[in-house]
Amino acid sequence: MDKRGALMLAGMGLALAALSALWMFQGLGGGNRAFVLHLRGAKLAALVIVATAIGVATILFQTVAANRVLTPSIMGFDALYVLLQTALVAVLGGAGYVGLPAGAKFLAEIAVMSALASLLFGTLLLRGARDVPRMILTGVILGVLFRSVSGFLGRVLDPNEFAVVQAVSFASFNRVDTGLLPVAAGVTLLGAILAWRLSARLDVLALGRDPALSLGLRHQAVVLGVLALVAVLVSVSTALVGPVAFFGLIVAGLAHGLMRTARHAALLPAAALSGAILLVGGQWLFERQLGQAATLSVVVEFAGGLFFLYLLLKGRIR
Amino acid sequence: MIQIDHVSHRIGGAPILHDISTRLPKGQLTALIGPNGAGKSTLLRLIGRLEPLQAGRITVAGRDVGATPTDQLARVMAILGQQTAIASRLRLSELVAFGRWPHHKGRPCAADRAMVDEALEAFALAPLAGRFLDEVSGGQAQRAHIAMAFAQDTDWMLLDEPLNNLDMAHARALMRRLRDLVDNRGRSVGMVVHEINYAAAWADHVIAMKEGRILAEGPACDVLTETLLSQLYDAPIRVGLHEGRPLVLHHV
Repeated sequence: MDKRGALMLAGMGLALAALSALWMFQGLGGGNRAFVLHLRGAKLAALVIVATAIGVATILFQTVAANRVLTPSIMGFDALYVLLQTALVAVLGGAGYVGLPAGAKFLAEIAVMSALASLLFGTLLLRGARDVPRMILTGVILGVLFRSVSGFLGRVLDPNEFAVVQAVSFASFNRVDTGLLPVAAGVTLLGAILAWRLSARLDVLALGRDPALSLGLRHQAVVLGVLALVAVLVSVSTALVGPVAFFGLIVAGLAHGLMRTARHAALLPAAALSGAILLVGGQWLFERQLGQAATLSVVVEFAGGLFFLYLLLKGRIR
Repeated sequence: MIQIDHVSHRIGGAPILHDISTRLPKGQLTALIGPNGAGKSTLLRLIGRLEPLQAGRITVAGRDVGATPTDQLARVMAILGQQTAIASRLRLSELVAFGRWPHHKGRPCAADRAMVDEALEAFALAPLAGRFLDEVSGGQAQRAHIAMAFAQDTDWMLLDEPLNNLDMAHARALMRRLRDLVDNRGRSVGMVVHEINYAAAWADHVIAMKEGRILAEGPACDVLTETLLSQLYDAPIRVGLHEGRPLVLHHV
């Protein structure tokens, strides 16, 4: 990594540290400090985990898809996760669903998600990688399919059970499922380390199929592995805060814009850091300064949607 | 030597190659020629394991292409397919540096950097090294891709229409460079060429393909004859002689 990139990453790290300190200690007062700190700490951890998961997953997915406009959620990854939840509630009933041990259930879901995602999107990407428009269309249609099936299941469900589904299918940074935090943190950390260790291979993968094969990369194995990793990371973020469609796009765009390099060793940490800065800073602004007058998830989606349109209009679809 | 035994290939039901058996001799420059749709690129891509083998067997320097780990093959042969755009934004020097990846797997040493500099120099890219791929012309990008294959520094180099987009001077410089690799460094080159006079002037061995079969193969002087070329391209073609090598007058 060149000097500029290292400085940029260090700067982002410092900014995140400063924001975190502000988040934790601002107006702490003399009340039950331990309680407040615990509450704030859990939320801070959740935000950083979600940012890392989404940032890394988006960069990975864009490399596999050789496209800077696609994100896992545009292709229906998180819709698949929500569908999985809805199906579970439909099969087990609301009480049965809530009664499942959270950690074990989550790990099982992650396993199922990665298997399904590698199967579905692996076939799609390996077969149709040379036909980008068809790939995007298929992905979008798959996403719509997943959403309609969960919508259909939701209609069939008992209203009480539907409420359980509803809680997981809307994005909210205020209602973080803190019970999952230790597992989610572990999984995200592992995923991020794995992605980091793959970064040299990801650089080669980004050259495209033919050059990557010529350079001796086990293309198919790497593509499937990366897709499984993306599925795991998307599961983590969706389980914690629900589906966020455009956040990954902003973060990946920021990482590319700030680092001005194609090296994943620089892009991956940049995406995670810039995502964390955005989320912690944004949540601080909305929760502490604006008194919850607006919700971060809505603003993130709005800004992300605009950014998506900007990319489309600039003709960055390749 | 690259040995090809009974290779057949279909793409989406359409037969492309019919039971091909041939070889590319070691230490020579081999040109694959033939009309559009003859299966030249498919054969080259099968040798370079860019497509999975459907039937038959191909060995490169004794290594079975279907069974040898791909990263081992990458240190024996470099293959450059026809150009496709690269999604990530790379500088020319970064692209050429990827040629060293099979050797260092992400941890380049001084020798790797020296090889990259040599490749940039060899293809007159040093002044453009800092430019991005989308900021140079098609021919310059093509030279950068060839330089990447050159930097891979393998015994075999397979090139699919490397002369595409190159102007006369650079096309000739490339052929000279390939000739030098073969004559002075003991390398072997296989290439698909459309402009047949490049094959006539520079190739040792020519394989002429038509409709998925091999029509003729052998030393350039023996294959590039009036009868054979007229039969190959289904058009009357005259062949003259220039400094002892065939000169194909296909344009008049």
